Amino acid sequence: MNSLGLTLARAILVIPVISAGLLALFPDDRFTARVNVLGTLLTFLASTGLFFVRPEPSPFLIVDDVNVVFIVLTTFVGFTTSVFSGSYIAHELEHGRLTPVYLRFYHAMYQTLMFAMNLALLANNVGLMWVAVELATLTTVLMVGIYRTPAALEAAWKYFILGSVGIALALFGTILVYLAARSVVGEGLDAMAWNVLVTRAAAFDPALLNLAFVFLLLGYGTKVGLAPLHAWLPDAHAEGPTPISAVLSGLLLNVALFAVLRFKMVMSANPGALAPGPLMVSLGLVSVLFAAFMLYRRHDIKRMFAYSSIEHMGIVTFAFGMGGPLANFAGLLHMTYHSLTKSAIFFSVGHIAQVKGTQAMADIRGLTVSHPVLGWGLVLGVITIVGLPPTGIFMSEFLIITSTFARQPALALALALGLLVALGALLLRLNGLAFGNPYGSEARSKASFAPMFAHLALVLAAGIYLPPALVSWFQHVAKLLG
Amino acid sequence: MDRFVLDVAHLFAGGLVLVSFLLLYQDRMFGLLNTFALHALVVSLSVAWQAYIQAAPHLYITAAIALIVKAIIIPVALHRIIVHLGIHRTIETVGGIGQTMLAGIALVALSILVMLPITAEAGTLAREDLAFSLSVILLGLLMMISRRNAVSQVIGFMSIENGLILAATAAKGMPLVVEISVAFSILVALIVIGIFLFRIRERFDTVDVHALERFRGERA
Repeated sequence: MNSLGLTLARAILVIPVISAGLLALFPDDRFTARVNVLGTLLTFLASTGLFFVRPEPSPFLIVDDVNVVFIVLTTFVGFTTSVFSGSYIAHELEHGRLTPVYLRFYHAMYQTLMFAMNLALLANNVGLMWVAVELATLTTVLMVGIYRTPAALEAAWKYFILGSVGIALALFGTILVYLAARSVVGEGLDAMAWNVLVTRAAAFDPALLNLAFVFLLLGYGTKVGLAPLHAWLPDAHAEGPTPISAVLSGLLLNVALFAVLRFKMVMSANPGALAPGPLMVSLGLVSVLFAAFMLYRRHDIKRMFAYSSIEHMGIVTFAFGMGGPLANFAGLLHMTYHSLTKSAIFFSVGHIAQVKGTQAMADIRGLTVSHPVLGWGLVLGVITIVGLPPTGIFMSEFLIITSTFARQPALALALALGLLVALGALLLRLNGLAFGNPYGSEARSKASFAPMFAHLALVLAAGIYLPPALVSWFQHVAKLLG
Repeated sequence: MDRFVLDVAHLFAGGLVLVSFLLLYQDRMFGLLNTFALHALVVSLSVAWQAYIQAAPHLYITAAIALIVKAIIIPVALHRIIVHLGIHRTIETVGGIGQTMLAGIALVALSILVMLPITAEAGTLAREDLAFSLSVILLGLLMMISRRNAVSQVIGFMSIENGLILAATAAKGMPLVVEISVAFSILVALIVIGIFLFRIRERFDTVDVHALERFRGERA
């Protein structure tokens, strides 16, 4: 049983690497899109196996209750995005925005990114996790700049500089955590292993841990896109290929937040250390309020949804900062729903921008008339993301606000204000985009709608009925997060 | 521990902070490159000394990588790029040199005040090296925000990496994974940077970050 678990965990890492190699070599573009889908599908299937069998923690890899949820979510969205990417890329090739050589590069980088994210989630070693996050940053930088327009280069450069500085701060924090652990655990790999850190954290030097956490929160927080460290995020989302926007918003932000959560668990296990909650609550709240107001002034459709991602990562960080079983439970649910919904929105936005030939919202009108399936898909996505009932996001936001209200009414009011302001902005823009007289190109879209509607259906279904097994699973993880 | 051993370790770490200050006031491209090569040389000496006193031979690899890649290959490559692009003019700074230096001194004081009290248990060696390395990191950040030019930002970033290597080697017994990964990631990062510099050249004939900002999507 155990060796099967180890095989599965390795498969999750090895399949993307092999796929990346194959995709870099094969020139045929029809074929490579299918290999890409096949690679992500196999990775997803291997990851679902981890629900049933899991390996013993080794010094480098670990599968526990906390990360298995993240792994399955990442591989699932990775798979559906690769399906979307197939039809998106075919259109880009037809219109000459990407050449076959760049396409090979794109597919290889897509698989490398999947590998890096899976490694960051599976890593039992804080150093290894850092390397994985760095690798994920580098691959996404390259993909954001792939169109080589001035705007894309600027976005990639900004992302590269801010991302690297964030990563550098996180490494300093990681070194400090090792120092704190070394005097208790002793030198060597054990002082960097998650399972050891969490169980022995009570004896660590609190002052060192405090300083380490500040660096880690700012470092990985830059990658989560928390205000005021978010400056790279809207540019990177707007200028790169849309499948990458979907993966960035849906997955990479989660991976960075996962790193923060792991360190938060270490902090919570130490009675003398600073409580990490208030720091996370304030960063989260600032992000929600800032992004909510910024939503009103957006002219670019992908940029607008990027700001919406800042808002939602703020909500999730807020929830985890509040802590306690209920808020953590709601935070986990919200993160899952946001990944699914936001990637679905980017799937529809990607096709919309392709048929309209622009990302400027002023030039996109009346989508439900000109492109009913795409238009209504977008309407459904936006209704879900703003948290109208009965979708899953309504449920998770409701839980976050009510659980906060019981403890800190003022904070709950501020959060609710942010949510309502964001709701107003998104519905206002949606009205212009989806309804009224059609404007601009009415070219048919050869889109694959299955990934988009699959995600939205999942979130809608989860809002109405969440299987008890899943609820108890999430509750269990929420307790572990402390 | 032998007094002399400690003194030499502090000499190198303190020297690194000093070279970070030198980086701050370079206003010529080639001067900046040469100073960065010196920065990398000092960090590689410091790592080699740590390898010797900790009897940790794997650290010599890190020292060698720092010496070969960062003190030789990268400065030479950047030198060629600068000549190729014809951008060896004065570097534009944000704010005056004097203010930047004062801010730098404040940052060093800050990092000493922060690090020394809390690392009391970590041993003398690690303690002071960590304070120095935090200074180098903060000075690198200061350099990145006070320069408009893409090449100087890259050099600022690499000086931050040098500070991190200093910290990682001062933390005695830190597993090899990290040192190699740091060196490796720098290599990868540089490949990326190289690609970027050439792409930037193709599109706008300048590597001044200020020129990039015109293309920001929201300011049409």
